[in-house]
Amino acid sequence: MTLKRLMVSAGIAAMLAGSAAAQQTLVYCSEGSPEGFDPALFTSGTTFDASSHPVYNRLAEFKTGTTEVVPGLAESWEASEDGLEYTFHLRPGVKFHSNDNFTPSRDFNADDVIFSFERQRLEDHPFHSASGGSWEYFQSMSMPDLISSVEKVDDMTVKFVLSRPEAPFIANLAMDFASILSAEYADAMMEAGTPEMLNQAPVGTGPFSFVAYQKDAVIRYAKNPDYWADGLPKVDNLVFAITPDASVRYQKLQAGECHIMPYPNPADIQAMQDDEAVTVAQQEGLNVGYLAYNTTVAPFDNPKVRKALNMAIDKQAIIDVVFQGSGQIAKNPIPPTMWSYNDAVEDDAFDPEAAKEMLEAEGVSDLSMKIWAMPVQRPYNPNARRMAELMQADFGKIGVDVEIVSYEWGEYLERSRALDRDGAVLLGWTGDNGDPDNFLAVLLGCDGVEASNRAQWCNQPFEDLIQEAKTVTDPAERTRLYEEAQVVFKEQAPWATIAHSVVFMPMRPEVEGYKVHPLGGHIFTDVSLAE
Amino acid sequence: MLRFFISRLSTFFVTFVGVTLISFAFIRVIPGDPIIVMAGERGMSQERYEELTRQYGFDQPVLTQFWDYLTGVLQGDLGQSFVTKKPVWDEFFALFPATLELSLCAIILAIALGIPAGVIAAVNRGKFFDRALMSSALVGYSMPIFWWALLLIIVFSGNLGWTPVSGRMGLLYYFPTPTGFMLIDSLLSGQSGAFVSAVQHLILPTIVLATIPLAVIARQTRSAMLEVLSEDYIRTARAKGLKPWRINGLHALRNAMIPVITVIGLSVGTLLAGAILTETIFSWPGIGKWMVDSIFRRDYPVVQGGLLLVAVVVMIVNLIVDMLYGLINPRIRTRK
Repeated sequence: MTLKRLMVSAGIAAMLAGSAAAQQTLVYCSEGSPEGFDPALFTSGTTFDASSHPVYNRLAEFKTGTTEVVPGLAESWEASEDGLEYTFHLRPGVKFHSNDNFTPSRDFNADDVIFSFERQRLEDHPFHSASGGSWEYFQSMSMPDLISSVEKVDDMTVKFVLSRPEAPFIANLAMDFASILSAEYADAMMEAGTPEMLNQAPVGTGPFSFVAYQKDAVIRYAKNPDYWADGLPKVDNLVFAITPDASVRYQKLQAGECHIMPYPNPADIQAMQDDEAVTVAQQEGLNVGYLAYNTTVAPFDNPKVRKALNMAIDKQAIIDVVFQGSGQIAKNPIPPTMWSYNDAVEDDAFDPEAAKEMLEAEGVSDLSMKIWAMPVQRPYNPNARRMAELMQADFGKIGVDVEIVSYEWGEYLERSRALDRDGAVLLGWTGDNGDPDNFLAVLLGCDGVEASNRAQWCNQPFEDLIQEAKTVTDPAERTRLYEEAQVVFKEQAPWATIAHSVVFMPMRPEVEGYKVHPLGGHIFTDVSLAE
Repeated sequence: MLRFFISRLSTFFVTFVGVTLISFAFIRVIPGDPIIVMAGERGMSQERYEELTRQYGFDQPVLTQFWDYLTGVLQGDLGQSFVTKKPVWDEFFALFPATLELSLCAIILAIALGIPAGVIAAVNRGKFFDRALMSSALVGYSMPIFWWALLLIIVFSGNLGWTPVSGRMGLLYYFPTPTGFMLIDSLLSGQSGAFVSAVQHLILPTIVLATIPLAVIARQTRSAMLEVLSEDYIRTARAKGLKPWRINGLHALRNAMIPVITVIGLSVGTLLAGAILTETIFSWPGIGKWMVDSIFRRDYPVVQGGLLLVAVVVMIVNLIVDMLYGLINPRIRTRK
């Protein structure tokens, strides 16, 4: 034991076991280095975990562990009758962090909100191209078209004017790219000739302030003592120990070198659940993996043919073999953690005999088709090639001959958009803002044909429902519309819905209050360490 | 000697231009449009795509792009990472000391163990030690690095708790790193225990990275020694009644060193390749992980700049090795 003590002067183990030090430090074994610390410039979850969640706040926030939108830096907001104007009442007395080069002279106010959006929106804004970056997420959520203006009503009130009614707008404002930066810090850095510091030494209002980053090694944060939410955050220091290999993360967790880790190897999960030194939290991810038929090409333009094929797929076998248990059968195009998920929808029964008869009834015989298998791993599809092989066998049993094709990832994404594409495509989606619109309209709406709608499916009854749901702001009414849209989707079967991944989060038993976040972020504001 | 130096230097320059061209072409030959890869499932509008194409200069003819790149390189400008927007040069120099520190420790370990082991094996040819050494060298040479590293972690960090699992420094220690070499910086920091922590973090990755060069050096030393030991002058020395350690250590080893130095020079390339895997497993913040990530992200400036810099390092090492030959063996110096 003495030898062990001596050798593991990595110290964390000693700290965990040792006397309750005055300072509590939570160590998170993160999976990679962030691309930077200005969340609006990037789109990857690894970057958001290191920037938007600890360092920043947004006007509205997702309640951790849910897709529900709650007040953040805005205490309240209201929409105009026509859904075109949103007025936000800002939270008073919120302080920005300070660092070696900057001490804020004022509290958070409307100027910061305007700065944070206008720098992304206006091409002539001094910070629009200051970082050499592009505002990918802001662009891909169509924010430049949607927002016509952002106006300061008074110091603590901001009004957004939209070009069209868009109910998911509030959820967009809770997204990472909508994080609020300090306009005063930006000006100070511009004056000092170092505008890139916004991306390298972030200053926000969040629960933790940024201390230091060493690329590929470690990121350090300290508790923000002036945080506006009382009693939060609960730990004094937050450390990200960057550890790219999943097996090594598990070893570090066991050795007590970190408290919590993301993305375990599926093969290790059973051992972790049996391990007394580790507890494993789990939840369905906000994603869906699907097989999209090309609904513009015969015989796949016939919903009954698509339905018959869906009935031939043994999804349980896919969950067991491809996901190794870390997945759940999908029956709807949206995951169960999302509001408006319609649990009353019945999945197509797995019944090869009936499927074969249905195909014969439709006069389809000697059918041969292509299945496209993605070349990359994704949470919603850890092994597309294997999945395609299982489907090939399933379809073979009902007399459908399958050829599996694949391309390099960029080619795959590009070619699968084509309207006359030959074959059904394996693909998936991970939600951005927790709004059903972000799945149903993006992936299945008429605007997405030849783009993100890989089924090339434009169905008028479905389209009417999702368009109406964009314009009404009453949540109950929106829920009803989306539930109905899921019924239409199931009848028409443009996709075979395959799986939602299950997210596992292994941690040490002393970690308390961690909630798996359906939007994929890893958030430590509410986490504490038991003595 | 000067003529020798100049001829090697001109080879160096030609290779440099060649590597610049290859590093530029290599990433463009791999299929995958960097802008589409960046957008992923989300996709992007045609206008946005064209805007980014212009911004990154992909709308220019390839020859123009190469010319811009080459003139940039000659002025010391390797461009900016698409992903982090930082100059490639800065990123390389922030990460390279970590790779260099690990590689130096590994090569020192490999030399310190490999040469004596090879000499002892050669002197005891056919005996138990020789056979045991040669079989373990064969195992070491063919061992998959990934598996070997995980095995060491599980045994020494997991079960025995002797060494930390990964990283470069205990998280409790926090100090500025002016040189980038953790062994030096930890001493400069004056924090007690920091140096010990740095050494402990180095042990396993050094062993893993040293394994292949160690096996190669031991085998090469053995066969070079055997060759030299059968030479006439060694027999003469023996006949003269010189002590065995003088024969083996002074006369034989010095002459056996020439092929061994070649192998050491060549293994620098192997080391840098091995560093990529070793760094990934041990979360070692060096250039290996950085380059792999940049290939997956199709971060052209990082891939081409990183490749070029690594190639230059290997070329410089080989140049030094060539110079060393000249010192050790006058025959090479005078040949041309």
